[in-house]
Amino acid sequence: MSQLIQHLINGIASGTIYALIALGYTMVYGVLKLINFAHGDVMMVGVYMGYATAFALGREARGSVGGVLLIFLVAMGGCALLGFLIERFAYRPLREKPRLTALITAIGISFTLSYGFQLDIGFLPGSAPRAFPQIIKPSQWFTLGDPEFPDVVLWNWQVISLMVAVALMMGLQYLVFRTRFGRAMRAVSFDHRVAALMGIPTDRVISVTFMIGSALAAGAGLLYAIKDTSVSPLMGLYVGLKAFVAAVIGGIGNVPGAMVGGLLLGLVEEFVVGYAASTWRDAVAFGFLILVLLVRPGGLFGRVAAEKV
Amino acid sequence: MESAAVPAPSRVPASLRGILPVLIALPVLLLAEWALSDSPFAVYLLSVMGVNVILAVSLNIVNGMTGQFSIGHAGFMAVGAYLAGVTSLALKDVAISFLPVAVSDQVFLIVALLVAGLSAALAGFLVGLPSLRLRGDYLAIVTLGFGEIIRVAVTNTEAFGRALGLSGIPQTSSVAMVWFWVFLVVLVSRRIAGSSHGRSLWAIREDEVAAEAMGVNTTGYKVRAFVVSSFFAGVAGGLFAHFVPIINPGSFTFVKSMEVVVMVVLGGLGSTTGAIVSAMVLTLLPEGLRSAFSALAPEGNLAQQVDQIRMPVYGMLLVVLMLARPQGLFGTRELWEVVPRWLTRRRKGM
Repeated sequence: MSQLIQHLINGIASGTIYALIALGYTMVYGVLKLINFAHGDVMMVGVYMGYATAFALGREARGSVGGVLLIFLVAMGGCALLGFLIERFAYRPLREKPRLTALITAIGISFTLSYGFQLDIGFLPGSAPRAFPQIIKPSQWFTLGDPEFPDVVLWNWQVISLMVAVALMMGLQYLVFRTRFGRAMRAVSFDHRVAALMGIPTDRVISVTFMIGSALAAGAGLLYAIKDTSVSPLMGLYVGLKAFVAAVIGGIGNVPGAMVGGLLLGLVEEFVVGYAASTWRDAVAFGFLILVLLVRPGGLFGRVAAEKV
Repeated sequence: MESAAVPAPSRVPASLRGILPVLIALPVLLLAEWALSDSPFAVYLLSVMGVNVILAVSLNIVNGMTGQFSIGHAGFMAVGAYLAGVTSLALKDVAISFLPVAVSDQVFLIVALLVAGLSAALAGFLVGLPSLRLRGDYLAIVTLGFGEIIRVAVTNTEAFGRALGLSGIPQTSSVAMVWFWVFLVVLVSRRIAGSSHGRSLWAIREDEVAAEAMGVNTTGYKVRAFVVSSFFAGVAGGLFAHFVPIINPGSFTFVKSMEVVVMVVLGGLGSTTGAIVSAMVLTLLPEGLRSAFSALAPEGNLAQQVDQIRMPVYGMLLVVLMLARPQGLFGTRELWEVVPRWLTRRRKGM
């Protein structure tokens, strides 16, 4: 029983992080209909920015609230800028081209970032994984059983990630459905040419969407690094892929769907690792995705649009 | 994107089309085998190049001609490599008594390659049947997922050596054998492109809904294209297993699939010769860079870094290519359709 509870806690904790990364995928897909394969690598860059900031701040500043906020701000701001540059120079020129070209460009950006960061030249970090500094001091918020060797542990960072994720999701939902900018986003998503005719600055809306998505990726990446305690240039490839899987499971383009998909994926993975075979973990995400897509081709919350001729 | 130029019917008489290319290819290949017998590096390079050409040309049947974006080709290559490896290991000590050893080895190699191709084709059928109902982005992510699932399955199978991989597979592959399969895949791909079957594939590529409305059984054609493509990916894997010292799951990741996609896209989606040319260039480029760097600085670590630099360069190449020439180097045209036009234009200019 206590094992089950522990698996539930771990599954929800990793699920919220998938969900947060998936939110960025879903936003970009919703507006541009583009699978932003580089999203996971933007996340990785954000984590390295946070890593550099944490070292620049020094040991004593890392535990403080101000220090943590500064680390998050630098990483999220830096990634917003990176997202802007990627959108401006790689995706915008291709907006009127077939969607496949943009997809291939996204894969190209992803390779450039993840393998570029593996090089050993200049300021680049090299391919070896590194220990991420403890910017939030881990403490046990809740334990069950023997206090020395508890059966169930709820860590503070697990609660913090869940709260941050839920807050960001609610914020996004508010932004999309209750603000002028959100209305512009929905209009661009529906038909960006007509939206432009109606006087909506489509380029600016898409840029800002990209920047928000990239900033979310950086935030989620930092939470992931706190959980995983190690960072490497290739972390973005697989974490990003899984977050994308989460977004598709929930129905891509749907904000609560990304949240549910992320949580489901985290739970499924955790239970497979806990009760079946840990070496199959990477296959489980894709197997689950394929199952969901075969039953509901648009994802759990998605609608399948009829194709017009 | 420019509209697809459906290939014109061949002018070679039908009676010669089947047998003539084989009669020309075989002596050329055997001559190449004999000429290269004393330079192992050239043999290795040509083998790698051949395997990449087979992969690119076979993927072009699905991605280029049918317009279905599959990014899990390395998975089928893995199926072929491992099954061919296991077959060869099982047949290692067997020889056909009335044949010379070298010939008997080649017979067993062909058996192993057929096992590889057929098992990969079966895998392609199993993957293709359900997932080809999905379109565009979804199909891409599902094929990627299947590629990863195959890789994880291989990593967890005792018979396939788990993460360590298979070693001790007899190294019976040769330049002639690899390039004979290159020849076969090119022949098959070109014959498909010009056939009525191929025309249905082009129709699906241009507009799936319209093709369906015109009575093309889209699912059937897509699955068949997928099966042919995976067959040759499996053969490529089998050949690969017979000239590298060890095969392990690390050779068949998402990154390998993407390398093949880059080759197809660089050559131009739908152009068989484009796929061949870009596969050769992209195989030679890192090797050439490596030799150039080691000639410049024999002691420096630049030469070692070429392999690392290769991947970011692949990435940048994709981006630049998509921005500058989204249809690829050749578009849907073949080399012999591009070169004469280019030559005449130059002549007129002067």
